[in-house]
Amino acid sequence: MEKIAVKVDDLTVAYNYKPVLWDIDLQIPEGVLMAIVGPNGAGKSTLIKAILGILKPIAGSVTIFDKPYKSQRKHVAYVPQKGSVDWDFPTTALDVVMMGTYGGLGWIKRPGIKQKKSALEALEKVGMLSFKSRQISQLSGGQQQRIFLARALVQDASIYFMDEPFQGVDATTEVAIINILKELRKAGKTVVVVHHDLQTVPEYFDWVTFLNVKKIATGAVKDIFNDDNLTKTYGINYKVSIQK
Amino acid sequence: MEIIEFVQLAFSDYTLRTITLGTAVLGAVTGMLGSFAVLRKESLLGDAISHAALPGIAIAFLITGSKDSHILLIGALVSGLIGTLWIRGITSKTYLKSDTALGLILSLFFGFGMLLLTYIQKQPNANQAGLDKYLFGQAATLVESDVWLMTLITGLCLIVLLLFWKEFKILLFDKDYAQTLGFNTKFIDILITSFIVLAIVLGLQTVGVVLMSAMLLAPAAAARQWTNSLGKMVFLAAILGASAGVFGTAISATQNNLSTGPVIVLVASIFVLFSFIFSPKRGLLFKRIRLIKNRNDLETQKTLAFMYHIVEDHDDVTHPHTIKMLNNFQGYSRKGLRKLVDKNYVEVEGGMWSMTSKGFKAAENLYNQNGKNV
Repeated sequence: MEKIAVKVDDLTVAYNYKPVLWDIDLQIPEGVLMAIVGPNGAGKSTLIKAILGILKPIAGSVTIFDKPYKSQRKHVAYVPQKGSVDWDFPTTALDVVMMGTYGGLGWIKRPGIKQKKSALEALEKVGMLSFKSRQISQLSGGQQQRIFLARALVQDASIYFMDEPFQGVDATTEVAIINILKELRKAGKTVVVVHHDLQTVPEYFDWVTFLNVKKIATGAVKDIFNDDNLTKTYGINYKVSIQK
Repeated sequence: MEIIEFVQLAFSDYTLRTITLGTAVLGAVTGMLGSFAVLRKESLLGDAISHAALPGIAIAFLITGSKDSHILLIGALVSGLIGTLWIRGITSKTYLKSDTALGLILSLFFGFGMLLLTYIQKQPNANQAGLDKYLFGQAATLVESDVWLMTLITGLCLIVLLLFWKEFKILLFDKDYAQTLGFNTKFIDILITSFIVLAIVLGLQTVGVVLMSAMLLAPAAAARQWTNSLGKMVFLAAILGASAGVFGTAISATQNNLSTGPVIVLVASIFVLFSFIFSPKRGLLFKRIRLIKNRNDLETQKTLAFMYHIVEDHDDVTHPHTIKMLNNFQGYSRKGLRKLVDKNYVEVEGGMWSMTSKGFKAAENLYNQNGKNV
């Protein structure tokens, strides 16, 4: 059997007494490219944030490669939603990507030549090297998303959590990003993506989790990505014509 | 007193030297820390903290009966910190937003402070006069030990900034992400807020409760206009804050001893105004100029594109056409045509224009760039 990269047990999260995630059990096998799908307010972002310890769950536990998350941080990288930061912050694209090296450096130590080199490499990978000195507010939405992706790549993690990386990006950027994700999978990494566009799920991903406060289903796209699960998740009689 | 006299006195006169140094150091430290407050969108926190410090001053006096500024400032520090904690507590434990929490704590503490001040004034104690100087500040009461204290705190703040620079930066930009990297964001948060409280308390004697938040915000807001680098912004805010201190003191000393605190704040505000208008990248003036220039460029490009459509059907692109023909087209103006002539894209003779081969190539390029420049 494959190794389990992420194991979530009985996870429950609530904002002001209203449960946002209810009793989630989830196992993500190593090396999959997984989409989390569900309607607005289904708790997709919350699930990622709870796994990463940004939100405190009421109950439940998370293990990464069979160890508690806290001891495994360096194996995990995070791409937050683009809208979660102020892009008018006085800094450059390169500087943001360098932040990906901060975790490895630990407290007080400053990034040096080695860190700069790996940041430049990541910028090149996402096709943003020529924008390295650009003030981040002067980047387009798609470019900002690529910068966030590069920042996570710098972390050189085993598991990547991405919160809607395709939101507000044009078709070219979407292709560029998905190619990078597929490369990551090829390198044996596990990638978990909050995703909105159901049409592209079979094309982009090999693993999927249906979420709507409770976990509806999780498994290989070819086995469980069907109208039955979509209807259960989205409530209405959902029919997508899936080209397989 | 003339400005030259001020400069001479600033070096020789004990009082003036103390005040000038004090306001300069104060401006520098509040400018530095203000940058962080502004970037965290916690501009009003400074205002709340300074107002929250007032009851601390009154209570410290009631307990000790002493008007020693250091003792009173410890009181201010304690009540400033309590106010900050309450604000944090309200926002995290209730549904209230931070602006509401700030407003509540500000008025609650300030009201309580004013109450205590009036109570103290009614006491039959000859020692009570002068506490109200903390409302609007009185730089003239600064003594050498105050300046030393300010310098000490500023030095400490500088060391902490240099040590935790990368941690501060990542907390300001992306707190959640910083947490996933394993940084204790609560600790960084407390560190930064404590220094902001310290700086505000230090300034109460000079600038006063009411105007203190301007010392925090004005230099930072001005500095942000000039640079897109966090390091440069913090440095520039410190310089601007210090300059506001020195100029403010100079103006107040030379002009009939105007109250120093308000003058410093006014000078800092002038810096802000100047920066908003004249900074090259973000300033209103250059934005306006760029807008007009872009509009003109677009107009000439539109005219060129229109001409291109006319000439592209001809075998000879340089074949002359009548200028009247362009009148039907809205984008045409004499100025635009002249610009095209200046660029050697078009030749004009009599009432006729003709496109040069250079102009034809330029027009073709407009289309080849996928409409990027059209």
